Amino acid sequence: MTRFSAWNVFVNGLTGQKGWARQWRDPEPKKKYDVVIVGGGLHGLATAYYLAKNHGIKNVAILEKGWLGGGNAGRNTTIVRSNYARPGNREFYEHSLRLWENLSHELNYNVMFSQRHHVALLHSPAAIDAAARNYNIFRLTGTPDAEIWDLEKLMGTIPHLNYGPNARFPIMGAAVQKRAGTARHDAVAWGYARGADSLGVDIIQNCEVTSVKRNKGKVVSLQTSRGVIEGNKIGFAVAGNTSRLWQMTGLGKLPIETHKLQAFVSEPLKPLLDHVVVFGIGGAHFYISQSDKGGMVFGGDLDWYKSYAQRGNLPIVQDVAEAAMSILPCLGRVRLLRHWSGVMDMSMDGSHFICKTPLDNLYLNAGWNYGGFKASPGSGWYFADLIANDRPDPVIENHDLKRFERGVNIDERGAGPDPKLHG
Amino acid sequence: MIRINCPFCGERDHSEFTYGGDGTIDYPALDASIEDWHEAVFQRENIRGMQTETWHHVNGCRAWLLVERDTMTHEIRSVRAAHPGMAKVLEKAI
Repeated sequence: MTRFSAWNVFVNGLTGQKGWARQWRDPEPKKKYDVVIVGGGLHGLATAYYLAKNHGIKNVAILEKGWLGGGNAGRNTTIVRSNYARPGNREFYEHSLRLWENLSHELNYNVMFSQRHHVALLHSPAAIDAAARNYNIFRLTGTPDAEIWDLEKLMGTIPHLNYGPNARFPIMGAAVQKRAGTARHDAVAWGYARGADSLGVDIIQNCEVTSVKRNKGKVVSLQTSRGVIEGNKIGFAVAGNTSRLWQMTGLGKLPIETHKLQAFVSEPLKPLLDHVVVFGIGGAHFYISQSDKGGMVFGGDLDWYKSYAQRGNLPIVQDVAEAAMSILPCLGRVRLLRHWSGVMDMSMDGSHFICKTPLDNLYLNAGWNYGGFKASPGSGWYFADLIANDRPDPVIENHDLKRFERGVNIDERGAGPDPKLHG
Repeated sequence: MIRINCPFCGERDHSEFTYGGDGTIDYPALDASIEDWHEAVFQRENIRGMQTETWHHVNGCRAWLLVERDTMTHEIRSVRAAHPGMAKVLEKAI
């Protein structure tokens, strides 16, 4: 691997860009590894990276059924924040955000992390009170950048929202996390892949797990489209399709349903929006930012029914367009460039699982709901720690599959055990 | 758009309906064990393929329906009233 540096850019600029090596190898799978991670998305890649970096476990394979960045790594709206209020989630997402803040340096790869503020609009005195309560929790638990903005401050900062008195939900202020922002999704996948590969991890693409061989309480081997692969420890990080892989292990049901979530990008525009803006009230749900290429990147609700199809339905396109028009009417003539849909693990309380399983050497990373992109560095960090040390860090000790049996719900929205409501 | 053939109203857009969830869950008796209730409330098969699920025709006849639908292709195999008595009456009428 050639490190990226000003000097190397300069030298290669003078020598025809011939000094760059390929970013990661394309190895044939070995017969056996210390750890096999199924799923080459952001979480799997980050896990392998931190296994090698933090724990010195380098005989690791990542099995990816498609290509890197081809699943949910490329089907998100790239928003990063840590304004979660429930114990466990608080510490987890704040740790993840702190990893994001140094990620480009850590990986020697520009992930274009832009801390441009996450601005959640508020539309009633009750909403302002509720947000103030949550934001006080953030400030008291190590997130110093939570602020409540009044209307004057908001209008001065983002003047082109719809502040009209006739709006169905007039804007009264905003809950703001200043260190939140966006990142470049492909760069995160490539950066972690390059980092993991340089530490010795084998990234094996086009390698789909087709069955799991068990011997009593352990996983023995994985049958894949590229042959049988054994691992002393196995980690699943395949959110969206967790239930399918889980059923191959014969372990039965999970507190997860698979739903699809659409997102959209417009034609590129001149700089229009410097922040992540979120609008959510009375059935509307909308979040928008502008990419570095100028496209307006935005999304809304789930499609409201369970589905594994990576394509969205039209009523939600209309809902999202209506929400866009109600807060940013200036987007009315902007054309959509692309729109996509990803399938996600929606869990019973809207929170994730990083945990041991009923099988001794199998570890699970799943249930990311809407939160997978922002979580990926922290997810990899804690999943690697779990696999290496065979015990959960206190931060994730309630993020296990048994929490519902104990009566523990980590339910940020208080929506109850209905996966589709945890958007 | 998925089109659902409501046995009372005819074929309608899915946006007239709300999705309920897994239609195969047998809810246990009220005094059943915590384990049985945990299984019914929290655990899901999460089938990729044909599954039986509930839909509520909330902007139509307001009846709950049992729909056999493929969760990958969205193809619908059958639609019937969720209430067993009602389903029986409808079957006789046909």
